[in-house]
Amino acid sequence: MIIDLVWLVPLIPLIGFIINGLGRNTLSKSLIGFIGSSVIFVSFAISVGIFLALGADANKSHEIFLFDWINAGALHIPVSFLVDPLSAIMLLIVTGVGFLIHIYSIGYMHSDEGFGKFFSYLNLFIFFMLLLVLGSNYIVMFIGWEGVGLCSYLLIGFWYTNSSYASAAKKAFVMNRIGDLGFLLGVFFIFTTFGSVEFSKIFPQAANMLPGNTTIALIALLLFIGACGKSAQLPLFTWLPDAMAGPTPVSALIHAATMVTAGIYMIARSNLIFDLAPLIQHVIAIVGLATAIVAAIIALTQTDIKKVLAYSTVSQLGYMFLGLGVGAYNGAFFHVITHAFFKALLFLCAGSVIHALHHEQDMRHMGGLRKKLPVTFITMLIGTIAIAGLPPFSGFFSKDEILAHVYLHDKVMWGIAVFGAFLTAFYMFRMLFLTFYGKYRGTHHAEEKIHESPKSMTIPLIVLAVLSAVGGIIGVPEALGGNHWLSHWLSPVIKHTGESPDHATEYILMAVSVVGVLISIAIAYGKYIKQNHIPASDEAKRSVLANLSYHKFYVDEIYDALIRKPLDAISVFFYKIVDNKIVDGIVNSLGWGTTEASKGLRLIQSGNVGFYIFMMVVGIISLLLYTYLSL
Amino acid sequence: MTQQLQGVPLNHYIWLSAIIFTIGVIGVLTRRNAIVIFMSVELMLNAVNLLLTAFSVHNNDPSGQVFVFFIMALAAAEVAVGLSIIVMVYRNTQSVDINVLNRLKW
Repeated sequence: MIIDLVWLVPLIPLIGFIINGLGRNTLSKSLIGFIGSSVIFVSFAISVGIFLALGADANKSHEIFLFDWINAGALHIPVSFLVDPLSAIMLLIVTGVGFLIHIYSIGYMHSDEGFGKFFSYLNLFIFFMLLLVLGSNYIVMFIGWEGVGLCSYLLIGFWYTNSSYASAAKKAFVMNRIGDLGFLLGVFFIFTTFGSVEFSKIFPQAANMLPGNTTIALIALLLFIGACGKSAQLPLFTWLPDAMAGPTPVSALIHAATMVTAGIYMIARSNLIFDLAPLIQHVIAIVGLATAIVAAIIALTQTDIKKVLAYSTVSQLGYMFLGLGVGAYNGAFFHVITHAFFKALLFLCAGSVIHALHHEQDMRHMGGLRKKLPVTFITMLIGTIAIAGLPPFSGFFSKDEILAHVYLHDKVMWGIAVFGAFLTAFYMFRMLFLTFYGKYRGTHHAEEKIHESPKSMTIPLIVLAVLSAVGGIIGVPEALGGNHWLSHWLSPVIKHTGESPDHATEYILMAVSVVGVLISIAIAYGKYIKQNHIPASDEAKRSVLANLSYHKFYVDEIYDALIRKPLDAISVFFYKIVDNKIVDGIVNSLGWGTTEASKGLRLIQSGNVGFYIFMMVVGIISLLLYTYLSL
Repeated sequence: MTQQLQGVPLNHYIWLSAIIFTIGVIGVLTRRNAIVIFMSVELMLNAVNLLLTAFSVHNNDPSGQVFVFFIMALAAAEVAVGLSIIVMVYRNTQSVDINVLNRLKW
């Protein structure tokens, strides 16, 4: 049966990584591109087979045991994979979107020296991501979790000769580490509480527990901290915008479609544990909402096209966490899927624009690209509408599902969340208008060189645009005549899901958000097309709010003052006082003491043979005496 | 012969050996002439040989006396080496006073 072959899915990208990694300097670029993409395609084909087989199968949870990894006392950790509806659908996203991005990368990276290195890293990333998704226990998941972090680091710092890119990579790595510590501690607590790290042993136990257990709450909190780091939530979100230093396909694959959703996947996977900790769920909802709003406000004034998208990713991830927090696991996971489509699309479009403009990322130097890049323009328009949430595009369904559950949970939170959705529509259309409408604002010389991207880049754009447009079909709510296929599909994994509002309420909620989004678009249209407003240069004076937004609420500066500076001061203290004075002092004085003592002792060695012999005899006699007396 | 030896108590051999040995030690410690020191060393060696022989007879075990033969052969070789060193020292320093040989220090 094909489900038993699931180990092939991660193995094939790993083989691709080895071939491309070893042959990065010897194989030709077209061969590397072919190998790199085709291994992902094979994985994708197997994933489709698994998905179909699982759909036809009555048993919805298959555990494929590979081998025992750790067997020590009560600790038993096998490497085994879990194929169930949740992981099957993640497999499709990771390999499917991953394949499209690999194809795109062939065009985008064709003139880069590190072509082979790039593809081997991408394949390695897919391998670890599949490990994360497929693991049937928290440890295998954690290996994948760390592995994708590593690949993220390698790819953010891909152009490592630029020191600011290299430090962005370091920043991402360190920030992720903070979250990973939480995850790891959470896993330790899980082991001590449930006596196992296997999903199949933990969740049945958790299902019989009552909410309110402190240990469970602690586990949930620690896992959530892990998710915060990986999925860029407050207060650990600052690494994601900086991660835009990597090549654009990386931003699309890792920092939009797959890796950053790992946190949501992990929480959705552990939904039974989180259901037992209502307080932590509340925390998740608040953190998610705060992230959604803060990131949306920052995105309003950014001028770098990729930074806008990065903050929009952070904001959308915030919505997903908001959904998780109010118990709408289906809605949150639905948003993961649609977001993977439209955000990958938007990043790839941005990459296409950047490629066309020869690495110009500042929107103030763009404009009027609509005619020059028709395919990019149309696909990006579709992506923008999808993220803004206009029906019948995919983002509308997933976002409104989350918002509807939030409405039932708490009206105030709903108000804030909807306002954030309006902001989303505004900043996304601002980006679209600034890039594609009006007049070109770069140099005349650069304008002549603008060209539409090659086929290998536009075809993935078109496929993703189609998916972004119709992807919502998998989760059409009953109020609109659908039957929400996704929630039926996920029902074996996600048992408890918040109740849906009645149809009348749902219509009103939808109407509010659609009208609001349309108004936001109209405002953006008025400001950036009618008035031809161009964002001011860096030095220009801004109002207080705009300044806060433009400087990202000074979060980096706050961290600098609160954490880095004190750490630096402590380090200096340890270096100057503890290390230089105390530690070195002990070692140096030992050395000094030995030298001084030797200076005195060496005088005994006078060269007088008679004295030597005398000392020898004294020694022998005292030895004899010692033995005699001690008998 | 064994009878005669056994007529002398073992204690006497031990005392004699101890005295000869002590004379050797004192000679080594107090004399400055390398040849005399050398002779004193031989005295110590022979004191030990005497003791070995005495115990060998006392215990009716011939291996102690065999031992002594080996030690004597070895001592002969050692004397050859030692004396030749002394000869070389004399050729270089025109003296056999060990206090002249005091450069091996610090």
